[in-house]
Amino acid sequence: MTRQQLWRRFNAHLDRPLLIGILLLLLVSLLVLFSADNASIDQALKQMINIGVAFTLMWLIANLPLHYLMRSAIPVYLLGLGLLVGVALFGEISHGARRWLNIGVATIQPSELMKIGVPLMMAWYFEKYEASLGLRHYLVATILLLMPVALIARQPDLGTALLIAASGFYVLFLAGLSWKIIAGLFAGALASAPVLWSMLHDYQRHRILMLFDPSQDALGKGYHTIQATIAVGSGGVLGKGYLNGTQGRLDFLPERTTDFIFAVYAEEFGLIGNLILLGVYLYVIGRGFAITANASTYFTRLMAGSITLTFATYAFVNMGMVSGILPVVGVPLPLVSYGGTSMLTLLLGFGILMSIETHKKLVQT
Amino acid sequence: MNSRAELRDSQREISRFQLRLAVGIGFVLVLFGILLVRFFYLQVVRHDYYVTLAENNRISLVPIVPNRGLILDRNGVVLAHNFSGYTLEITPSKVANLEATINDLATLVEISPRDRRRFKKLMIERRNFETLIIRNKLSDEEVARFAAQQFRFPGVEIKARLFRDYPYGEAMAHMLGYIGRINQKDADRLEEAELAANYRGTDYIGKTGLEQFYENELHGTTGFEEVEVDSSGRAIRILSRTAPVSGNTLVLSVDAKLQEVAVQAFGNYRGAMVAIDPTNGEVLAFVSKPGFDPSLFIDGIDPQSWDELNNSPDTPLNNRALRGQYPPGSTIKPFMALTGLHFKTRAPSRTISDPGYFTLPGSSHRYRDWKKEGHGSVDLFKSIVVSCDTYYYGLATELGIDKIYSYLSEFGFGKKTGIDIEGESAGLLPSQEWKAKRYKQKWYPGDTVSVGIGQGYNLVTPMQLAVATAALANNGVVYQPHLVRETRSPNGDKVRKAPQVQTFDARVPAEHQDLVRRAMIAVTQPGGTAVMASAGAPYAIAGKTGTAQVIGIKQGASYNESSVAERHRDHAWFIAYAPAEQPKIALVVLAENGGHGGGTAAPIARKVMDYYLLGKLPDAPVIAPADAEAEND
Repeated sequence: MTRQQLWRRFNAHLDRPLLIGILLLLLVSLLVLFSADNASIDQALKQMINIGVAFTLMWLIANLPLHYLMRSAIPVYLLGLGLLVGVALFGEISHGARRWLNIGVATIQPSELMKIGVPLMMAWYFEKYEASLGLRHYLVATILLLMPVALIARQPDLGTALLIAASGFYVLFLAGLSWKIIAGLFAGALASAPVLWSMLHDYQRHRILMLFDPSQDALGKGYHTIQATIAVGSGGVLGKGYLNGTQGRLDFLPERTTDFIFAVYAEEFGLIGNLILLGVYLYVIGRGFAITANASTYFTRLMAGSITLTFATYAFVNMGMVSGILPVVGVPLPLVSYGGTSMLTLLLGFGILMSIETHKKLVQT
Repeated sequence: MNSRAELRDSQREISRFQLRLAVGIGFVLVLFGILLVRFFYLQVVRHDYYVTLAENNRISLVPIVPNRGLILDRNGVVLAHNFSGYTLEITPSKVANLEATINDLATLVEISPRDRRRFKKLMIERRNFETLIIRNKLSDEEVARFAAQQFRFPGVEIKARLFRDYPYGEAMAHMLGYIGRINQKDADRLEEAELAANYRGTDYIGKTGLEQFYENELHGTTGFEEVEVDSSGRAIRILSRTAPVSGNTLVLSVDAKLQEVAVQAFGNYRGAMVAIDPTNGEVLAFVSKPGFDPSLFIDGIDPQSWDELNNSPDTPLNNRALRGQYPPGSTIKPFMALTGLHFKTRAPSRTISDPGYFTLPGSSHRYRDWKKEGHGSVDLFKSIVVSCDTYYYGLATELGIDKIYSYLSEFGFGKKTGIDIEGESAGLLPSQEWKAKRYKQKWYPGDTVSVGIGQGYNLVTPMQLAVATAALANNGVVYQPHLVRETRSPNGDKVRKAPQVQTFDARVPAEHQDLVRRAMIAVTQPGGTAVMASAGAPYAIAGKTGTAQVIGIKQGASYNESSVAERHRDHAWFIAYAPAEQPKIALVVLAENGGHGGGTAAPIARKVMDYYLLGKLPDAPVIAPADAEAEND
């Protein structure tokens, strides 16, 4: 094979438009990480390693024919569920929550696996019974969704539980769950809010209360929200300029390389920067929807739609949290926040999208 | 299922899915629209607000405390200044075992029991994350010794501070006052006066005396450094600096040397002395004996020293010159004489016959003269020279209290003099109205009789009497006394002179003035009551003695000086001005329990006048200590 053929072979299953969007976001990530880490290259370098690992995985998944992916749905789901039970029984506690499982060589966070595992399982299930979908199947799919969500919620990791619930709900929704039932579910959720409230941990309640009045606890729980809002607001239209954000540079912003990285960005690049970032996100999401619309099978449509909507949800929840309209739930800004696990999960999702896009002709024939 | 149906099915399936997807896309657009609105709100609508918050976060104003103004005497001698020195300070919250740490420190630097007591008191008063002073004014050697061992003492540090120093110590304490730590009351007052911003960083404030009265002049303007800080308050860099402006210098009319001479002249007597320039109201010396060490108060006085000062029978904290209220005794007589002349109640030549007592018409009660056998035939001149009580019993009765009150008021009696120190007492010039209000009683003729010789209800402060004496020397014109002559800006380019304020005018005609002056000169000549005052003086002294009774003497009993306990002895007064023809100094001396004014108070006054007018320093110890008892005090 010539070098050109090799290159073509390498690129065959990468979706060019999606790749460009992802690379733009990763570029933003590295730039902002450098600023957020006080003009030190350390975190940016580590993030590049994370990106490298995640990219390899994405490439592999993108090249993986879809029937392998479908075949893995049950094992991945069961493994995830088993690990979550393991966490519940033997997990390690950090920051008052039992999220990590020590498997000897490393500690892992099984909830991350379920971000892909749950929609995968549900999409597979709907595909299997596509011809004869009835209410019963929606009920089973809902149970498949609620088991891991319940386990994660009681770790407690409310943010992840809600996001996985959302990704599963998107599958149900796209699979054609009747509007009446959706309306019923919302009514039920609203009605059960007081019950849920009573089940929440103190710190979770505090976070939700803090959303309505962060100044109540300006030095404690409200501090994150207040300082992040100040950073965003003081950025103005044009921003303070790259590396010139005072809130970030002078250490007023907490967790500013991870969950609050958007505050650093918004402070330095202002409303213009925010518009550009929203634009890039919409471009990636739009491409995801295009792939979804073109997908050839029931399974791939559900999967692609769920991945895309979940990605959009992540971006919205993070930016909403940093700008003070959502409670602080510990959701990173997708593809921008520092962190290996979320990078891996996200690019895995994009790998599936790419695989769906690039393998569809093969399936059709 | 045939393939067509299947296709149709799948077609319907897809269009249903497309619809759901469109709803999903709409959902995402709504979410991002919400974000957009939020960003616009934060970054455009509320931008200014958040910029302010971010700047407040970032910039911290660090105050630079100005140097407190100096206090100089009329000749430029320094009376209060600042010097930089080192203190050893402990932050109690950072020290595990305070007692052990202090004991350890004591092996390196001297820590007196007084230091320990003061530290304990500071611990109670202040929050324990502040640094508290354990030792003041370390020597260079002590600083070096501690510095070498500092690693052993976490939470203990040496700080460079500016200290206030009063070189004259006790001698000036009642006049200068002292500064002390700002307490809650001071802070509240500053807040109310909207001065709190200018006191950011300032630890000390004037508490008494001139330090208090001229606080606004002395403090200066606080400078600021704008410092960029991080979230833990660490300074990153200085953005701008506004230099502080030192406090103004106070230049007093007081002569430090004169003050010293006066203090020494008192010897072991308690009492007060005020000397005034009668031509303008400038105070030349201001003594209240005993004094106290003002430096004790600066960093909080330790309880034992406080008890000693506060419970001493000598009441060293009492500013006698300003707040001591005493009966004026016979020193009131020249003023009474002028009252009689003013109302033409007594012609200068009219004589009375003094049998040694006075009785009111229709009463057998005898008001006794100090001289049992009486002075014989007495006119106004002689009444002052020999201090004839009977003459004034009669004069007061003839005048009546209303006239006495109205005219003595013109000399400032019964009113605050308005001197530039807080807390002055007003004395008491009695009137019918006053008695009705105070005792709900009418005024009796007998009340007037004793007012005539200054032993009734009337009370004066030494300050008040000094001002009145200055008026006596100055044809009845009363000037508001003041200690500060001028204030100067720190670099000396702006000088503000104290205004000369005339408060009263008794309008003494020349012939009355002349008559009373000649009589007062005669007081200090052989035959007068204060012959010691002017023996050998090359200038003429106009004076008047007085005694203020401490205990009442029963009708018919006699007062025997030697048989009365020292503290129950009469207070000795002497008022004087000199040179009599062209007065440059008017003064009052009060020697508590000094007995007769002529014997104890007058010699003190003489030494002060000699120094002021001739530059002559007293050579010998001034007064033979009154007796052993006085010495033991």
